[in-house]
Amino acid sequence: MLPAEFAELEPYSDWVLAKEPQRYAKRLASSMEEMQAFYDAAFPLLERAMAHLDAFPLDDLPEPERNLLQLSYSLVMVSFPVEVWKQARVPDSGAAYLDLLVEPRV
Amino acid sequence: MPHFTKPETGSWTEQYPELGTGPVNYEDSVDPAYYAAEQAAIFKRTWLNVGRVELVPRTGSYFTKELAAAETSLIIVRGKDKEVRAFHNVCRHRGNKLVWNDFPREEVKGTCRQFTCKYHAWRYGLDGELTFIQQEEEFFGVEKSEYGLKAVRCEIWEGFIFVNLDPDAQPLAEYLGEMAKGLEGYPFHEMTEVFTYKADIGSNWKLFIDAFAEFYHAPVLHQKQATKDESEKLLSYGFEALHYELRSPHAMISSWGGMAPPKDPSMVKPIERVLRSGLFGPWDKPAIEGLDKLPPGLNPARHRSWGTDSFEFFPNFTLLFWAPGWYLTYHYWPTAVDRHTFEANLYFVPAKTASQRLAQELAAVTFKEYALQDANTLEATQSMLKGRVVTDFPLNDQEILLRHLHKVVGDYVTKHAEKEHADAAG
Repeated sequence: MLPAEFAELEPYSDWVLAKEPQRYAKRLASSMEEMQAFYDAAFPLLERAMAHLDAFPLDDLPEPERNLLQLSYSLVMVSFPVEVWKQARVPDSGAAYLDLLVEPRV
Repeated sequence: MPHFTKPETGSWTEQYPELGTGPVNYEDSVDPAYYAAEQAAIFKRTWLNVGRVELVPRTGSYFTKELAAAETSLIIVRGKDKEVRAFHNVCRHRGNKLVWNDFPREEVKGTCRQFTCKYHAWRYGLDGELTFIQQEEEFFGVEKSEYGLKAVRCEIWEGFIFVNLDPDAQPLAEYLGEMAKGLEGYPFHEMTEVFTYKADIGSNWKLFIDAFAEFYHAPVLHQKQATKDESEKLLSYGFEALHYELRSPHAMISSWGGMAPPKDPSMVKPIERVLRSGLFGPWDKPAIEGLDKLPPGLNPARHRSWGTDSFEFFPNFTLLFWAPGWYLTYHYWPTAVDRHTFEANLYFVPAKTASQRLAQELAAVTFKEYALQDANTLEATQSMLKGRVVTDFPLNDQEILLRHLHKVVGDYVTKHAEKEHADAAG
């Protein structure tokens, strides 16, 4: 599903999600252990992933590269729980929600 | 001790004596009768921004806008002559809502050649003309030319579409005044990559403007968002703006922002260091014209630490610019005295590479983390205000925009009531 150079991230392919609402929902449904494991595997490869993806035109990514980009979006999504909050939800956010209705095409 | 120069009067607030410096009464945020007065005096009479021209790129492109505060729904559409027009979203036959899908209260968008009523198939052109009546011969001398859609004033400033339900309103450019003039020429048209957020908030609309119109709260409410050393430093400094300016009914706050890029990378989180982005946006300016020499209205103090300017266009439109070259808008659409729909739009220059796109993604995700904390405090505030145990609140000098907002709203309500009274009498 991912480019061959990033095969070690295949176990985390359930984080390949096209839309922010899906990524946000998965974040809320995941345990800290799950997010930490994903972060620990993906974060060290982020710079390499960016260099790899930047060689392709953004609006015409081959499927494995598109998947890698979406996996990277998920890494951004879990970065707050892992690096800052130590929990899935934003602290002091209670029942508040903010739905992302329109997001960039890619 | 102040870190930034204040005006000679000693405070920002005292530059505007009409504001006073006493505690501010918040009955205007809990009284249903007051909300009704705001609807009549403000939301049915001032210029309201409903979006940007990119929402209606070609002939037949349209979107609907629910204006609960003005008790209507509008259709905004681009005609064959490329003009953008606004109409009340109501069929002239028997008042059915003309454009909607599945759920009448939900806003919709699309492209069409004409509008056809779901109820009895009356049809209207993109210019609002009634073009077809089903079984026309059954009616009693109905002139189609007299039954077009009800038009609403619609004018455009720098690509932002505004409507006004008052046919006698002053022109848009005059209403927006000098404050908007100072922003003309900003490359809004280049920033077409958009993230649109919406939330239903259990508070009066003014309370969310209050929350975004002061940054006094930022080092406290959001302290866990920064690294520990950085947040302790921010908390000990507190917040001071670079500049405030009021041009009633509008106002602005200018603020520093040294985080894009930070002086010391250890001040920021690991993901920010790799993606070169954060709350203040991507650290690398997009390569477009118009960002090197900014319009005169931005960074009015000409401060080298400038980071962001936030313009509050009355009544409910915030336009916020970030030094690294992007902007966002907020809209606060009242639905009741204690409820409103909050809408935020983040606008970027379209990314050319995955790295640029990821930097935008981090800015957008970070925005949401902050906004969720901001939103959640509001419901609690509303419920405590409603109890009226405490009714008056001592706003500080960094909260001048709040003091101004509540005063302007009060002035509009009073003036409108006086006019109604005079009209009734005479």
